[in-house]
Amino acid sequence: MEGFDGLFFLEVLVGGLLSGVMYSLVAIGFVLIYKTSGVLNFAQGAMLLFAALTFVSLTERGISFPLAFAITFAIMVVLGITIERTVLRPLTNRPPITLFMATLGLSYVIEGAAQLIWGTQVHGLDLGIEDVPFDVSGVFISQFDLFAAAVAATLVAVLSVFFRYTRIGLGFRAVADDPFAALAVGLRLPVIWATVWAAAGLVALVAGLLWGARVGVQFSLSLVVLKALPVLVLGGFDSIPGAIVGGLLIGAAEKLAEVYLGDYFGGGIESWFAYVLALVVLLVRPAGLFGQKRVERV
Amino acid sequence: MSDPSLLAVEGLKATYVNAITALDGVGFTLARGEILALLGANGAGKTTTLKALSNLLPAERGQITGGHIRFAGLDVTRTRPADLVRAGLVQVLEGRHCFPSLTVEENLVSGGLGRGATRREIASDLDKVYAHFPRLTEKRRILSGLTSGGEQQMTAIGRALMSRPRLLVLDEPSMGLAPIVVQDICRTLRRLNREEGLSILVAEQNAAVALRFAHRAIVLENGVTVLSGTASDLKARDDIKAFYLGHKAPGPSTSVASSPPAFAG
Ligand SMILES: Nc1ncnc2c1ncn2[C@@H]1O[C@H](COP(=O)(O)OP(=O)(O)OP(=O)(O)O)[C@@H](O)[C@H]1O
Ligand SMILES: [Mg+2]
Repeated sequence: MEGFDGLFFLEVLVGGLLSGVMYSLVAIGFVLIYKTSGVLNFAQGAMLLFAALTFVSLTERGISFPLAFAITFAIMVVLGITIERTVLRPLTNRPPITLFMATLGLSYVIEGAAQLIWGTQVHGLDLGIEDVPFDVSGVFISQFDLFAAAVAATLVAVLSVFFRYTRIGLGFRAVADDPFAALAVGLRLPVIWATVWAAAGLVALVAGLLWGARVGVQFSLSLVVLKALPVLVLGGFDSIPGAIVGGLLIGAAEKLAEVYLGDYFGGGIESWFAYVLALVVLLVRPAGLFGQKRVERV
Repeated sequence: MSDPSLLAVEGLKATYVNAITALDGVGFTLARGEILALLGANGAGKTTTLKALSNLLPAERGQITGGHIRFAGLDVTRTRPADLVRAGLVQVLEGRHCFPSLTVEENLVSGGLGRGATRREIASDLDKVYAHFPRLTEKRRILSGLTSGGEQQMTAIGRALMSRPRLLVLDEPSMGLAPIVVQDICRTLRRLNREEGLSILVAEQNAAVALRFAHRAIVLENGVTVLSGTASDLKARDDIKAFYLGHKAPGPSTSVASSPPAFAG
């Protein structure tokens, strides 16, 4: 490295942070469900794919963007409620591993259904935002990344307000704190679960659209969940702020590593660096950087 | 329905994970407006009995294997916990179980939500709870996980009151609290009983506290009801004195269906 180029560093950093936002988005979908059901919802990726595929297929049939979004969201809500009724409710009080296996099976069912309904070809998705870099006082920033970050930030803000100020939100936080007490208090857990699945469906839809616009809507889209895993390890499975910061960290670290360390490893660092980082964190802090910080008096 | 009792438990048997027998014949009735104490040593089956009343055993991998529980005409084992709360059977769990990352007031509100109360009802019920427990007023915006044990117990009781119970069930409310706080809580509960006709069922290891507070008491041993009587009768009995002064060693607490006699005391 001959001479450190500060401006270039900044550009890589910003680019990394912005792409990290997309990881955060996927991770938040996991966290929502983990907090209420204590289960790592393996089907999150399938839901993401299903949402994106439904949306594109609708727009390809001439339906306008807002309407397609609304319809897809409605379908995701129905899907969430169906999952709660048919899979989770019969399995309540089973060990977490049973629930995890159930979501694993679920992910195949959803993927299969998506394939059956919408076919297997790759769809392009154009959200009308061009992926062109623009110049902010010497630093080039991708317009699409900026758009994606803004959308993600809005979604997070909406969810935060929802969970802080509504009845269901209070119920959600109560269940996340102490499910047994929530049951004893008489909170309607099925309603809360269904809402959370609907929220996870919304997150899946938004993430699916952003990722789909970036890489095309195809079956490998469900694999972006694999990118969310290191984010969860880093941020903790039960923390939404953790998911956000974790995503940003992974995004930035990945890009920086690729640019500054790539030469030493012959490139392609980006595909595995996040996992190594997660592994290191796992060794040092098994609960992640933000996970399971219980409120307790000392 | 001419049945004068609000709650009737008959021949109740329960196990955990289909193997560990926790209850082996518990029976009692509770009349409207009564305060009944459930006494017993560690592992006697108090908590299991109370969880059965709120139909919470399935969530703890417990099963009711025999007997009946009727509350206000409902067959408890066939009624969902949330519906029991709406019917007026509300429990304050052993160990308080406040929601630690919710504020004290949010904890209280959650009790109102459990009942499906309107916004206005919640607001007026909050005022009542703060009147009963003035100490909570100044803590309302504090995360409940950061409040003291006594305040958490008051929060848990307040949360239960927000559900407008007819029968308030309390599991060892005195556990780990200073005598003065226990006294304070007992006084409040007794006032609710006197003025609003609230029926109360309280499980206690501390028989001294419980017999001062309750009208009547029953004693559990190894998951079986072994004694019942008015508080003043029981107070006079030597075996109860011995029991609450800690002279009598509690026997093995469970009969284990398969093999090892673990889980005792
Ligand atoms: N979740 C559980 N799984 C297995 N066994 C249990 C469980 N909970 C309680 N038991 C057993 O059932 C028996 C009755 O326990 P229970 O908690 O009802 O007693 P208790 O009278 O409330 O005791 P304590 O005064 O210690 O609270 C005990 O022997 C206990 O070991
Ligand atoms: Mg107990």
